[in-house]
Amino acid sequence: MSTSARDDWSRKIFDRLVAEGVELFGYVPDAGNKAIIEMAEESNATRPVLLTSEEEGIAICAGADLVGKRAVVCMQSSGVGNCPNFLALIEGAKFPLLMIVTMRGDYGEQNPWQYPMGQAVQPVLEAMGVRCIRVETEDDIEDALDAAIGGSFKGGQAIALILTQRFLGAKPFGGGAN
Amino acid sequence: MADITLDRRELIPALFPNPDEYLFITGLAGSAKDVCAHTGESDNVFSMGGAMGSAVTTALGAALSALDHQVACVTGDGELMMAIGSLATVASMAPANLSIICIDNGCHGETGGQWGHTSRLTDLAKMAEGAGIPNVMTISAGDQMADAKAFLEAGQGPRFLWARVMNTPPSKVARNWDLIQRRQIFKAGFEARKAG
Repeated sequence: MSTSARDDWSRKIFDRLVAEGVELFGYVPDAGNKAIIEMAEESNATRPVLLTSEEEGIAICAGADLVGKRAVVCMQSSGVGNCPNFLALIEGAKFPLLMIVTMRGDYGEQNPWQYPMGQAVQPVLEAMGVRCIRVETEDDIEDALDAAIGGSFKGGQAIALILTQRFLGAKPFGGGAN
Repeated sequence: MADITLDRRELIPALFPNPDEYLFITGLAGSAKDVCAHTGESDNVFSMGGAMGSAVTTALGAALSALDHQVACVTGDGELMMAIGSLATVASMAPANLSIICIDNGCHGETGGQWGHTSRLTDLAKMAEGAGIPNVMTISAGDQMADAKAFLEAGQGPRFLWARVMNTPPSKVARNWDLIQRRQIFKAGFEARKAG
């Protein structure tokens, strides 16, 4: 996928989230969320929050909800492995949640380290009560965004928008057995 | 190491004589009990009962989303150590309305009093300073509580108060364990507070 294509869908996601009142974007950096976070940095309506570990973003979303605001958390698939214990807070108290997970260890991955967690992302999230909405192609993104936003902010569910490696493309993330 | 003579059951009432002025996010176990006992678990309190390590960043999310309200995160040494990196997240965001109070009894009181790192060599004040928290204070005796109260009220946050307490029981209180209800109570209380 080209940089301009990534900027296009990142803009779609970002603009929709801002329109829904999302102010905080918790994140651990990933190539897949780079453009979204840059947009959150540039906008006066939003603040990115650099996390030391992904589960902090889960708690930030809960804290924002307690005072009537909205946050999202962006992470690479490997970071999902850091989140389950904090997801107990989300599932237990029925906080709405929107996670944006950019996949590794998925379609076409060449780094063997990425496979174990990548393949476990959906079972782990579902075990903790998070519903997964997958984006496989560029045609999916609009409907998937509607479903993710509707399910979380309107339906009060915990939702992960999973941007698959088939959608993102494996090559821009390194290529070769790195 | 200075002798520790601070009784945790006196701490929260001394620091927060008017608890209505704050939104409280607490850790689990003893820190939750101390805050819930003092406030009657009022609608400005959300206490963890699990998800250990989530108190600081839950408080950060609230502080960054409610800039006109003072947020106090009250948690224990074990809960804080589990998420010590979140102090760096707080420092980078620099929320002026967030104070973190660590009630450090040096042990895991809820599970049988097993020793914790702070009872040996770990210095939480240095860890908070090292993370970049600009205002850090340490207390370990009852006669320092007035200074600690003034510390929490002076200037801008973020602040970190390391309250080293004796290994004595926390306050006794019957908490509401229905966390769905507690979320709803907090949210409704906040909206009423904002309108008022």
